[in-house]
Amino acid sequence: MLGIVGYGAYIPRLRLSRKAVVQANAWYAPQFAAKAKGTRAFANWDEDSITMAVAAARDCLGSGADRARVRGLYLASCTVPFVERSNAGIVGEALLLDETIDAIDITGSQRAALSAVTLALAKAQSAGAQLVLAADLRQARAASAQELEFGDAAAALLLGTEGVIAEYLGGATLSIDFVDHFRSSDAEVDYAWEERWVRDEGVGKLMPRAIGAALADAGIGAAAVDHFIFPSTIAKLDAQLAGACGIRTDAVVDNLQGRIGDAGTAHALLMLAHTLERAKPGQLILVSQFGSGAQALLFRVTEAALAKASSAAAAGASPAVRPVKGVGAWLERGVEETSYTKFLAFRQQLILERGMRGEQDKKTALSTLYRHRRSILGFVAGRCSITGEVHFPPSRISYTPGAPALDTQEPYPLSERQGTVLSWSAEYLSYYPSPPQYYGQVDFDGGGRVLMEFVDVSKGDIESGTRVEMVFRIKDVDERRGFVRYFWKATPVRAPAAAKE
Amino acid sequence: MPTGIKDKVVILGMGCSRFGERWDASPEDLMVEAYGEAMADAGIDPKQLDAAWFSTHMSDVGTGRGGLPLSIALRLPNIGVTRVENFCAGGTEAVRGAAYAVASGACDIALALGVEKLKDTGYGGLPVATVGTLVPQWYPNAVAPANFAQLATAYRRKHRVDADTLKRAIAHVSVKSHANGAKNAKAHLRKPITEEQVLAAPIIAEPLGLFDCCGVSDGAAAVIVTRPDIARALGKRDLVAFKALQLSTSNGWEMHSSQWDGSYFHTTRIAAKRAYEEAGIHAPRNEVSMLEVHDCFSVTELVTMEDLYLSPEGGAVKDVMDGVFDADGRIPCQIDGGLKCFGHPVGASGVRMLYEMYLQLQHRAGARQLPDPRIGLTHNLGGQPSQNVASVTIVGGLRA
Repeated sequence: MLGIVGYGAYIPRLRLSRKAVVQANAWYAPQFAAKAKGTRAFANWDEDSITMAVAAARDCLGSGADRARVRGLYLASCTVPFVERSNAGIVGEALLLDETIDAIDITGSQRAALSAVTLALAKAQSAGAQLVLAADLRQARAASAQELEFGDAAAALLLGTEGVIAEYLGGATLSIDFVDHFRSSDAEVDYAWEERWVRDEGVGKLMPRAIGAALADAGIGAAAVDHFIFPSTIAKLDAQLAGACGIRTDAVVDNLQGRIGDAGTAHALLMLAHTLERAKPGQLILVSQFGSGAQALLFRVTEAALAKASSAAAAGASPAVRPVKGVGAWLERGVEETSYTKFLAFRQQLILERGMRGEQDKKTALSTLYRHRRSILGFVAGRCSITGEVHFPPSRISYTPGAPALDTQEPYPLSERQGTVLSWSAEYLSYYPSPPQYYGQVDFDGGGRVLMEFVDVSKGDIESGTRVEMVFRIKDVDERRGFVRYFWKATPVRAPAAAKE
Repeated sequence: MPTGIKDKVVILGMGCSRFGERWDASPEDLMVEAYGEAMADAGIDPKQLDAAWFSTHMSDVGTGRGGLPLSIALRLPNIGVTRVENFCAGGTEAVRGAAYAVASGACDIALALGVEKLKDTGYGGLPVATVGTLVPQWYPNAVAPANFAQLATAYRRKHRVDADTLKRAIAHVSVKSHANGAKNAKAHLRKPITEEQVLAAPIIAEPLGLFDCCGVSDGAAAVIVTRPDIARALGKRDLVAFKALQLSTSNGWEMHSSQWDGSYFHTTRIAAKRAYEEAGIHAPRNEVSMLEVHDCFSVTELVTMEDLYLSPEGGAVKDVMDGVFDADGRIPCQIDGGLKCFGHPVGASGVRMLYEMYLQLQHRAGARQLPDPRIGLTHNLGGQPSQNVASVTIVGGLRA
């Protein structure tokens, strides 16, 4: 059997109040008054499509050491930070995936994630499990409809032949140069054509062809579909499309527009991950997306989907059937942000005064990065094979008082370990994109101490003794040369996997 | 244990520039100011200097690298000048080099001078430093106030001190130093402050507010050292001799293992023990008359009192509140205002601390002169609580 063997998602903690946006822009764009409802997810200053993809992958794979089974990696996104330098390659390093696998960026269309799934399914037949990640952090102009409609998020799908929880039944693709919007490689935002034309000539005519062909490929009647996934920012278009295709309107899956917004390339897989959390064995899921053509894929949920989650604590356990947190938990984890200027500043749409401390050159020595990439991107420490002491970064001589040992350290990943805050401060002196900057010493379970930045924290969240877990984030941005530096940071443990049971 | 330098090296002369926002002075001017006073005090000719040690930390923003800046500014007679840098403990490092040279007999008379020009950066606080190519790729963009503020969170947890009590105790540390600094014409900050002002000041790094942080200053300090017999031959009486000079440097244990609890300075404790042993001091709380410690932040001074074995473990809050370290207390501390108010020109601070001990022991400290000091201690620290260089120097009179 071929199909989905694991899934996960990631939604940033910050949720921008649409009311705050609409009110701030009311003097200029009063036409958005009716859209002043709900929230949209937005990435923290240190998140991008790469970091969100890593978070979704970890949600899917869990903390187990069993990552060697991932034999292919696809990163689908229209907002990858690097045009040259494999973005998927960075993700693979962060996840400590086997370096002999292919890590591939797939981009250029809103349905890039479904394209990646199709490729991954073909490869998974013979080459082992394939990990598809999709993430988008889409820019829009201030006071645009897109600013209110878009949302930042990521999703992950693990495809394979063992432990299938949703069997792949068939699919269909149309590759057609229907330009509903475009963005040239040097542009910041999309240029979009009239919505009514997109609805009627694009979605209205192309999607039914792809959906009909997918149903025919799977040998399934439209009325049998239990979950119909079609992301769109056009209100009620999903229900209209379902009707046009003969799919029951009660099968239409909530597109999360009210709380998260549309996550672009990631959105169909985000909705799929949300659906898989709740779907029952035997149910049929049709996942479709529009963009430079149309695509639709059909899955049937298996009995294996009911299997209990392999909790994060059970390191090394076999396939993570359920996500560590999942869309449901990410949805609940959000905090509403009413500062519109914070949103604009995080997206470089509002240039704030940084002071002279913000002038520091953030040039990265690429040769240093390469030598230490397992430590920096993979957060791998060195554990002394004699004393068990953990050192970060790894070193040739261990610090053990009175008995420094030479060349005894073995690789010891810290990224999936939790820790406890020993000491901390929150400072207002330096230039920091979201002051105050919290950092302090973290003692890891099982040994090792690292001075780390704390992120996604509110006042009162950090105290000596606070339990923290690790997240992969942007460390610094070298604006002069366009390079992004990544490392791991600590965030308070908020929703342990056990709480989901 | 080696025999050490006890009573083998004495101070021939000292000088110290006015510290502060010296918009009028370049590093060369500051060096000349300190050197001129020291040479006049020593009463020697430059030709009598055999070697010099030069301390400056932020070479990129201030003074430049190598021994050249000192040799050129002072037009030294082509003697060897060694530049040393050991974070904020560089001043003591320069003294150590000069003292060792004299103690070994390699030199008869040696100069140690520290200088820092911090106020040509265009902004307040310490300049942003560069730290190689690997560290910036993983280490937080740390700043000194937040590094030292973590002492407070760890100390509170270890000794079960509530936040308000510790905040008030460290406020007293700063109030005391401001009172002392007000009496020092060379000090950077000369205004007395109240506890209310300290508590109401804006937060720089939780829980440290503006008045918990020392001044960032321009300044220079110099010491000329020699052997006792040479000093006497030059007509000097009332000699101030080194009783001990010890340095301890972190090796990563505090930073990387989970054994250090974050509330104290591992290295200061080691340096203090070694220094007391070298000096033959057995009961420091009874034997040390006065001290200058590295009060870069108020909380640093508080925990250092325990690390120097002057306060019992967990007892510094009580001692501070009891006024033990006030000018009229049992062991006056920061009589000259300390880093807090005299100011902190990084590379000069260790020498500046010694300057105050020297003046006090020679009864030349003017309005802030203590009645009868016998043993003075300086504690000069560089780095941050989890990774640092700590030095302890003990000086006292030398009987003829």
